[in-house]
Amino acid sequence: MKILVPVKRVIDFNVKPRVKADQSGVDLANVKMAMNPFDEIAVEEALRLKEKGKASEVVVVSIGPQAAQETIRTALAMGADRGILVKVDGPVEPLAVAKILQAVSTEESPGLVILGKQAIDDDSNQTGQMLAALLGWGQGTFAHRVEIDNETVRVEREIDGGLQTVELKLPAIVTTDLRLNEPRYASLPNIMKAKKKPIAEKSPADYRVDTTPRLKVLKVTEPPKRQGGVKVKTAAELIDKLKNEAGVI
Amino acid sequence: MTTLVIAEHDNRVLKDSTAKTVAAAAQLAAPVHVLVAGKNCASVADAAARLSGVEKILLADADVYEKMLAEEMEALILSVASGYDAFLAPATTDGKNYMPRVAAKLDVPQISEILGVESANVFRRPIYAGNAIETVEAPAGKKVITVRTTTFKPVEEKGAAPVERVDAPAARGLSRFVSEELSKSERPELTSARVIISGGRGLQSGENFRLLEKIADKLNAALGASRAAVDAGFVPNDYQVGQTGKVVAPELYIAVGISGAIQHLAGMKDSKVIAAINKDEEAPIFQIADYGLVGDLFKAIPEMEEELTRLGY
Repeated sequence: MKILVPVKRVIDFNVKPRVKADQSGVDLANVKMAMNPFDEIAVEEALRLKEKGKASEVVVVSIGPQAAQETIRTALAMGADRGILVKVDGPVEPLAVAKILQAVSTEESPGLVILGKQAIDDDSNQTGQMLAALLGWGQGTFAHRVEIDNETVRVEREIDGGLQTVELKLPAIVTTDLRLNEPRYASLPNIMKAKKKPIAEKSPADYRVDTTPRLKVLKVTEPPKRQGGVKVKTAAELIDKLKNEAGVI
Repeated sequence: MTTLVIAEHDNRVLKDSTAKTVAAAAQLAAPVHVLVAGKNCASVADAAARLSGVEKILLADADVYEKMLAEEMEALILSVASGYDAFLAPATTDGKNYMPRVAAKLDVPQISEILGVESANVFRRPIYAGNAIETVEAPAGKKVITVRTTTFKPVEEKGAAPVERVDAPAARGLSRFVSEELSKSERPELTSARVIISGGRGLQSGENFRLLEKIADKLNAALGASRAAVDAGFVPNDYQVGQTGKVVAPELYIAVGISGAIQHLAGMKDSKVIAAINKDEEAPIFQIADYGLVGDLFKAIPEMEEELTRLGY
C-alpha cells in the first residue's frame, strides 16, 4: 500500500509573525521557513507504518513555490521515497489544495493519505476533510493513534471530551494531532541520500485546477493588545483582589 | 435567504456553543434554522426550539447520527442544503470535522473560526495562532462558516420554534464508531466554565494537579492545562488550553506554573481577568496577567486554599 503525505512550507513555528504596516498580510520576507509541524508528524507516521510493513512506499507532495522543494527534501531525508512539487506562487486556499490532492490521489492510488490537521499559518483545519469529501472516502481527523488492519484503519481521535476511536474502510484520510508521534531528525547520511531521490515537478494546470483565491483578504491586523496588571505579594492579597477589586469570585 | 446552524449536543443536552453560534448567525440578518442530528435527541430539539431568534428546528433522529460521524453529517447537511444560503457550526472538534466536507461538496471556501461578523459577507478570523487577525470577504453563493464561540454571547432562551422532522439520507458506511473514552468530571466544562484554573509544567506531576482541584472545588472552576503539562502526561489531552487545544474566555483564568508560551496565550488571552502564579518573575504570562504572584506555587496554592476556606468558600 502506498501512503501519500502532503506537506506545506510555512513560517517556522519559533518565529513570531509580524503584521505588515500596510495591513496586506504577514511579513514573510527574510523569515525562517520550515515544514508545517503537523505535516512532520504525518511524514513520521507514514514512515512508521512503512517500517512496520504496513506500507510499501511513502510519497510526499507539496503545493507551493519553488522553495517548497526544500520542504519535500526534508521529508525525503526523514525517509520518504519520492516527491511531487506542484508549483504555485502566492496563496492557495484549502479547497484548491484539496482539488489538486484529489487529482494526485487519482493518479497515485494511495491506500492512505496522512495530512497535518492544520497549517500553522492560515489555521484553516480544512484540507484533509475536504479531500476526503471530494474522494468520497472516510476520515479520521485529529489522530492520536493509527492502526492499520488489512482492509480497515482504526484511528483514535483527540476530541473535545476526550478520545474517540473510529474504524474506516481503506482507502481513507487521516489528519494528525500533536501527540500522534515525535518526528525523527534526519541523519546526515540520509540527508545526502535524499538529494538523489526523485521529485517530479507539476503545475496546477496539469491537474486542471484553478488556484485563484475565492476569499478576498481585506486586511490583516494585529490582535488587540492586553496590558499587564499589578503584582501582588501574597496568596491572601491575590484572593482579596479577585474578590473585592475584580469581583470575579 | 436563510441560515442553518448545526447544533452541538451529546444527545441529551444542547451545548451552549449552539446558542453562541446562533448569536453569530443572527448577525447575518437572515432567518435562522437549527439542525439537530442525533439519536433519541428530541429533548435537544426542544431545547434548541427555545433559543431566541430561531424560526425552525430540523430534527434528524436516527442511529447513524449518534456520534455525528463526519461522513454521515456531510450527507445529511447536503440533503437539506438547497434551502439555505449559509451554514454555521461551532468550531468544536465536531464542527471542524464535518463542515469542510460540506464546503468541498458545495464547491465553496470555508471560513474557519470567525471571531466577528462585519457584514453578511465579511468576517474576522485569527491566523498565525492568533498573532494576526484577517478580515475576509466571501464571494457570492453559499457560505460555510465555523464559529469561535468564545467571542459571541449566547442568545436568550425565550423562543418557541416549531420542530420539523427530516428524513435521514441512506447511511454511507464509510466509517464506524468503535469506542470513546470521555473524561468524567463533576466540574464545569472548560469551554463554558466561569472560572478556570490551569496548571503547567511547574506542577511537576499529575498528582500535584490535586492541589489545583481543591481550589477548583471551592470556586466551581474547570481544570485546564498547558500543552507542556499534557505532553508530559500529567493530565489527558482534553485539558489542554491553547491554539491547538481549547480556546477559552472565562470571567477568571488562573494560570499556575505556566510560563505563557504564545500557543497557550492564544487560547486564553480573551479571559476577562487573568491571575498568574509563577516562580519566574520574567515569565511572559505576567505581561498579560491582571494579577501576578511571583513565588513558589507549592506554597501559594495551599495558602490560597486556606484563605478561601477562611472566607467561607
